[in-house]
Amino acid sequence: MEMVKQNPAATKIKPMLTRSQRKHQRLKRKTILWAIIVSLILVFSFFATYFTPNDPYETNPLAMRQGPSAEYPFGTDNLGRCVYSRILEGARTSIFATIMLVIISFFVGTVIGVLCGYYGGVVDDIVMRFTDILLSVPQLVLAIAVAGILGGSLMNTLIAIGITSWTSYARLARSHAMRIRQLPFINACRLTGCSDFHIIITHVVPNLIGPMLVNATLEIGTTMLSIAGLSFLGLGVAPPTAEWGSMVSEARSYLQLAPWAVFAPALAILLTVMLFNYFGESVCDLANSQEA
Amino acid sequence: MLKYASKRIIKLIPVLLAITLLVFTLMYLTPGDPALKKLTSGGGVVTDELLALERAEMGLDRPFFVRYFSWVFGIVQGDFGNSYVDSMPVLPKLLKALGYTLMLALASTFLSVVIAIPIGVYTALKKDTIFDNIVRIFTFTGNAMPNFLIALLLMFLFCIQIKAFPVIATASLKGMFLPTLALSIPMISRFARQTRADVLSQLGEEYVIGMHARGVKERTILFKNVLHNSLGSIITIVSLQIRILIGGSVVTETIFRWPGIGSMLMSSITGRDYPLVQGTVLILATLQILINLLTDMSYFVIDKRISLE
Repeated sequence: MEMVKQNPAATKIKPMLTRSQRKHQRLKRKTILWAIIVSLILVFSFFATYFTPNDPYETNPLAMRQGPSAEYPFGTDNLGRCVYSRILEGARTSIFATIMLVIISFFVGTVIGVLCGYYGGVVDDIVMRFTDILLSVPQLVLAIAVAGILGGSLMNTLIAIGITSWTSYARLARSHAMRIRQLPFINACRLTGCSDFHIIITHVVPNLIGPMLVNATLEIGTTMLSIAGLSFLGLGVAPPTAEWGSMVSEARSYLQLAPWAVFAPALAILLTVMLFNYFGESVCDLANSQEA
Repeated sequence: MLKYASKRIIKLIPVLLAITLLVFTLMYLTPGDPALKKLTSGGGVVTDELLALERAEMGLDRPFFVRYFSWVFGIVQGDFGNSYVDSMPVLPKLLKALGYTLMLALASTFLSVVIAIPIGVYTALKKDTIFDNIVRIFTFTGNAMPNFLIALLLMFLFCIQIKAFPVIATASLKGMFLPTLALSIPMISRFARQTRADVLSQLGEEYVIGMHARGVKERTILFKNVLHNSLGSIITIVSLQIRILIGGSVVTETIFRWPGIGSMLMSSITGRDYPLVQGTVLILATLQILINLLTDMSYFVIDKRISLE
């Protein structure tokens, strides 16, 4: 205590920061906060199934379409299943399917994009024309056609959306790789005899991974909405499985009688997407302020 | 301009061909025999003989490429094939449904632009005021809303609580109201956000400060320069949004049972009516491609510096 009193000036001294540095620090704190919130949600969604107050699959003919109550916080659905428990149970499917899809398309798109951008040539032309074609079909329409043909399952939904989702990453990675390839230090590497593989891994990828990750965090929300849209149309998981989009889809026919069974899972989607969008935007802001 | 357009249209032909191949292959790979489905749906006993006959009649016994090319040549001549379900030509159905979808798409795009751009400009001018913050909350929420939530919410409020509209949208002006609104809300959110961001970045440019210094009226700067310069990126977001709109119309049309091409896609997929699925996907893809073309050409109209190669 004495020590602190003796030396009041020491505690006051802070490094002088410029306005942009202060802004940068503020954005950094904000991003870290969002990152913590998002990771908490991820962890929670994984373990949520252990916190369900009722069995999410247990039907109860005596408690059909009951309004929210102490026993059933968000009411019950047409078969008397607890909507709240089903939302918790479905969190893992809905959120993890989204994250998986984003990670896979990010990985596939980045690999293809980097190779195309770095090597160029005929393969690059073919791949880019192919992405042109995929991008000219409305994404959801193609996904509906594919999912409709493959039949309803979570895996098929992911395949249906994944067919087009890698293209945006590939295009972004390609444009960055083409830019980096031209830089003098890459030429210097070549002169010292580094292999292409070595250059790509140690120089090209680290220089483009930042903007790619920013793009990926921005895509989480949109991906989640696409998956929800497909499963709402009945092209997602098979019926008894709890998943938010298909819960809305099932409950839609009795909207009039049990609006809670429709709106509770829909709001769960809305809130989760908003959360991911906030996170994505703060990461994007941070990256922009770093560039400036 | 015309030369550019015709050049672009010629370049579209291989893309369209590739899309037909993609769609056709998808349908070809699909498990399930349409001939068997057609016969069993009519009831009665299906013998092998009958099945073979039906397959021959539907042209299913021919090899892949023969079927593909006969389909493509048919399309070139305006024949999209016959529906598996009722054996009627697909094209008239497609065109009728396309008309309904375009009605919705145009109405909602128009509504969104008319509402969102003034809001976007105003919030950019009144940055960080209460109004701006309230609008920001709304646009952020609208941006994250699944489109079925909006449609179901509107249906719940207007059809069930207030009973102002029938639950099934009739193909009339009154029936159009709710689907249009459902499609517009996410678009309004995105347009308003984009407009606000564009106008804000333009307002920070040096030419604006220069014009202020020269005593040019605020209104003149805003309408003659700032808005004009933001127009390019606004058009980009509008055209990107139409891509999402086409997908979103499937959900919205299904909910309101609007007889458009989106609900036709869904019903033809559940009914395994492949000629109709192929037709709807092809028509929607063509629509998307034409919109992209129009977008690129509009840049030229707005900004004469952009040269059309």
